[in-house]
Amino acid sequence: MWFLRVNMTDRTAKLEEVPDQYKNLGGRGLTSSLVAAEVPPLCHPLGPNNKLVFASGIITGTPANTSARVSVGGKSPLTGGIKEANAGSSWAQDLPSLGIKALVVEGQPKEKGKFWGIHIAWDAAAGKPKVEFFDATEYAGKDLYDVFPKVYERFGDKISIAGCGVAGEFKYGNSGIVFNDMSKRPSRYAGRGGLGAVLGSKGLKWIVLDEKGSPGVPIADKALFEQGRKKMNDALRTHDITKPKGGLNTYGTAVLINIMNEAGGLPTKNFSSGRFDQAAQIAGEAIFEGNKTRLGKELYNHACSPGCIIQCSNTWHDKNGKEIASCVEYESDWSLGANCGIGDLDAIGEMVKLCNAYGLDTIETGATLGVAMEAGVVPFGDAKGAINLVHEMGKGTPMGRILGAGTGMAGQVLGMTRIPAVKGQGMPAYEPRAVKGIGITYATSTMGADHTAGYTIAPEILGVSGKQDPLSPEGKAALSRAFQATTAFIDSSGHCLFIAFAILDIASGFEGMVEECNGVLGTNWTGDDIVKLGGEILKKERAFNQAAGITDKHDRVPEFMKTEPLPPHNQVFDISDAALDSVYGEL
Amino acid sequence: MIARVRLFANLVQYCPGAKVGQPFDVELAAGGTLADLIAHLKLPRDQVKVIFVNGIGAPPDHVIQPGDEIGIFSPIGGG
Repeated sequence: MWFLRVNMTDRTAKLEEVPDQYKNLGGRGLTSSLVAAEVPPLCHPLGPNNKLVFASGIITGTPANTSARVSVGGKSPLTGGIKEANAGSSWAQDLPSLGIKALVVEGQPKEKGKFWGIHIAWDAAAGKPKVEFFDATEYAGKDLYDVFPKVYERFGDKISIAGCGVAGEFKYGNSGIVFNDMSKRPSRYAGRGGLGAVLGSKGLKWIVLDEKGSPGVPIADKALFEQGRKKMNDALRTHDITKPKGGLNTYGTAVLINIMNEAGGLPTKNFSSGRFDQAAQIAGEAIFEGNKTRLGKELYNHACSPGCIIQCSNTWHDKNGKEIASCVEYESDWSLGANCGIGDLDAIGEMVKLCNAYGLDTIETGATLGVAMEAGVVPFGDAKGAINLVHEMGKGTPMGRILGAGTGMAGQVLGMTRIPAVKGQGMPAYEPRAVKGIGITYATSTMGADHTAGYTIAPEILGVSGKQDPLSPEGKAALSRAFQATTAFIDSSGHCLFIAFAILDIASGFEGMVEECNGVLGTNWTGDDIVKLGGEILKKERAFNQAAGITDKHDRVPEFMKTEPLPPHNQVFDISDAALDSVYGEL
Repeated sequence: MIARVRLFANLVQYCPGAKVGQPFDVELAAGGTLADLIAHLKLPRDQVKVIFVNGIGAPPDHVIQPGDEIGIFSPIGGG
């Protein structure tokens, strides 16, 4: 396999043999290692010295189930630190199938206002991938739902697409990298941290992959791989959360709305309460029942990417049975719903679709709108006003550009003190004052406020991997550290993080993941090695951040969370600075 | 003793007439526990994953107090 380097200064591409030190890395481990080694930590994220790295997981592109994940890494324009964001898409499988272990986008064009695309296909005669540049300016400034079909029309139905929307072209701190879903929607996002802006800053609109005729991903030990694959398959198919017609397949991720509300940890109206009085009407159960009423039949969820057997992606329909949006994830449902005081699923669905159309991260968008609503830009609960603000972001009006800068920056411009962000990145859908472990993850993660970086919600709320009291600070630094290290490996494996629900409870599933990776790479990793490898990735990311000027003092939640008690439990965030510092201090 | 109960996710299917998140009252003997309540409602034990009493997670042997608000969830996850 190769590294493919694409230089946007002179629009050239070259293939390199993969150096030995990178051969056993994939996904986040590879993107973070390359960024740490090659990107100057003090560079401007939108300048020519930043790089954008795409790397699929170790097992991505093989027959392993629920493994079509691709990581995207670079220096974040939102946090100023290292960033890894990942997504599920056929694109993730096609990249390694073409023999590309990492795609590194470098440099910056001198021309202003022009955009290019690259088309990568397999050249059978040469036995390697072939890269062609094309003028993509005609696709700029437009709704992604309008231009995706034109890219398919130009290059054929079997391609996969990565790119950025207008948010990336405007170079917003809130801009994701878009990937196609299974139905060719522009709806699967490596959303967090503004990496769409890094792509936009390089004048790169599309990366189109055509894997026809490509050799696929080599597997060193097929028997071991198959043994691991079966164990993982069995775990996913039997665990109550991940099995067919289980919690995720039936209700989608938005099933968490009710349980977080019940726990008093559903951030509401810009993190001013842990309960939303309209939670039930926007919950996953309401989506399932609403679709049943509107379609006249039960609708179970679908896969976001090929080979997924969890299948948690939903579609929300209007009163006439027409699709409003796919997918209304828990995070989007919360950010654009409860956090804005909006209890109308149709309005939430419309905003999800607008975020997809403009290339915005739904979490950052809703977190920013919450701050703007508290600032009085539009009132809480004003769905029409919120929709208009998302349009302003898409159109690049002065207000839209302020909001597009992200939660931290917009809150500062609007003169707010309740700004739910860490390292500039808006907080996701779990209240740190009501769930202490996830607050530690938000505070200390190398990514800024990021729930996926160390999902302690599993034991603190869901009863997965044991049960822990969410309100207690005891032992939570160690819990977050363990989850952050394990997650860094799962994000490198290529598996979707949701396999964790099954493998945290079913030991053979965890063994299966290790065996799948060993089977592909020919390594002899043990379960303990996995956690160590994850820890090493975190250390590289942490070192990059420190060199970029991010210190221990940035590993803190906003001040208001330490002074304002949160209803209904009237808790503050009472984790000591020493405990926060121990997360990485004792890694 | 009256307990106020709400069921979530797929648990409503075991209690005819119950709707997701809509509270209903259940009469129990004084000193009754959450396990007694689950048995009374005929909820499959393996489908009861998390129970909240007044917003705080509680084990099956928790003794219900008059006026307690109880939320019961089957196994769910998301992110």
